[in-house]
Amino acid sequence: MTAPVIAVDGLDFVYPDGTAALEGIHLHVHRGERIALLGPNGAGKTTLVLHLNGIHLPQHGTVDVSGLRLDADSLMEIRRRVGIVFQDPDDQLFMTTVREDVEFGPRNLGLIGAELDRRVDRALAAVEVGDLADRPPSHLSFGQKRRVAIAGVLAMDPEIIILDEPTSNLDPASRRELTATLRSLDVTQMIVTHDLLYALELCERTVILDRGSIVADGPTRELLADTDLLERHRLALPAGVRLESRSGVAEVPKTEPEPRKNGFV
Amino acid sequence: MAGGHVHALFRHGDSALHRVAPQVKIVAAFGFVLAVVVTPREAFWAFGLYLATLAVLIAIAGLPPGYVARRMVVEIPFLIVAVLLPLFGSGDRIEVLGMSLSEQGLWDMWNLLAKATLGLLTAIVLGATTQVPDLLKGLDALHVPGVVTAIISFMVRYVDVILGEFSRMQVAMASRGHEVRSVMGWRPYAKTFGAMFVRTYERGERVYLAMASRGYSGTMPASLRVPAPAAQWVAAFGLVAAAWLVALLGWAQQ
Repeated sequence: MTAPVIAVDGLDFVYPDGTAALEGIHLHVHRGERIALLGPNGAGKTTLVLHLNGIHLPQHGTVDVSGLRLDADSLMEIRRRVGIVFQDPDDQLFMTTVREDVEFGPRNLGLIGAELDRRVDRALAAVEVGDLADRPPSHLSFGQKRRVAIAGVLAMDPEIIILDEPTSNLDPASRRELTATLRSLDVTQMIVTHDLLYALELCERTVILDRGSIVADGPTRELLADTDLLERHRLALPAGVRLESRSGVAEVPKTEPEPRKNGFV
Repeated sequence: MAGGHVHALFRHGDSALHRVAPQVKIVAAFGFVLAVVVTPREAFWAFGLYLATLAVLIAIAGLPPGYVARRMVVEIPFLIVAVLLPLFGSGDRIEVLGMSLSEQGLWDMWNLLAKATLGLLTAIVLGATTQVPDLLKGLDALHVPGVVTAIISFMVRYVDVILGEFSRMQVAMASRGHEVRSVMGWRPYAKTFGAMFVRTYERGERVYLAMASRGYSGTMPASLRVPAPAAQWVAAFGLVAAAWLVALLGWAQQ
């Protein structure tokens, strides 16, 4: 069996102020999987993600990416293998044109000339933004920015891409386009989100993180059908949506106006 | 908000000037402006020649006069200062339309007006025919240190984002009833600037994380310098040399 794309074993992380952010994390992600990472605010999702590409180095435990142990020496190669698409595309698109931005990563890897152009064109085409190449990022719509940010990561030719809250601030049409894009990409994916229905739509497998530990890891549909589990970890499906763990469809009952309790009119 | 204040300087076109390599245009503009600045103010004919040269360049670039005029608006504060000079200047006074004006001040006004206008026109031609990313490439080709071009490029990239944040804060303040009735009403703005500083700093950290995630290790990737055709350098050199010749003739006349 080939090495998992991501193998995290016994990972602990304590912030300098003494706050324990991660405790005893074990997580294996295999090639071709698309997994959702769920958890309430402050659960440690971002801290975990920043370990996967070496922004944080493990204090205890290990992180391996396709068999390569993360340490100070392997940093650059790990960062090539693990691409992160951050939540605010304005943070990620820092160059003056789309093309220059997508070039940033491969050029850091030392690519130049025709090879660089090929890599960039392929990444732009994969998310269907080839026609935006010469635009400044400030002239793009939010959905376009998000896709260009993905292209910037794809151009690194990563083995896994991790998307932090990819649906936040997207209108429904952009969200649908993003779904199509993610489905079309032939790369292992991890989606960090609060959007449980999005996790259900895209990911077979879900991992729930709370207070620095993994509290559930299993098929998305089964975890999201477990109302108690969700409630214990401050997660919830949209009001009125209920999942049957076996059936294929989310049930949305007719909404009845609830009596107002909080006094707002 | 997302309109792009910086990029608005550029005017799309495919003129001969648009096609000149950015480094050539930067050097030519700089050399030309220097010549204008050193020209003695008494040499009216020299300024006329400079203006004629710029008019030709504006025509070549295909910039409509109205467009150039609108871009000239930034000069107004300087004009106000210039107009005040003859009123408050020292030295001999002369009567003009019943007003007592300083002769020295009049010369200063003319000097400032002529040189600022010509300098601004040069900058307008450069900005209107060169996209901002190309300007950065031009600076890079002229071996301006990478740190400097990186700072300029980040400023260009984020000025709109930060102005957008600032205007959202203002809307949020206005939505909760904040009105500026007196100087005291400015207090929240001062606090906003503090908050803006913190936010910008935090954004800087996030941008850095995103850069590190894509393999940034302390130096921006060197850009691919495209050499400018020799003919362009020759033409630019000719223009600048002519301007300097005019400036020197101006001095020789003194």
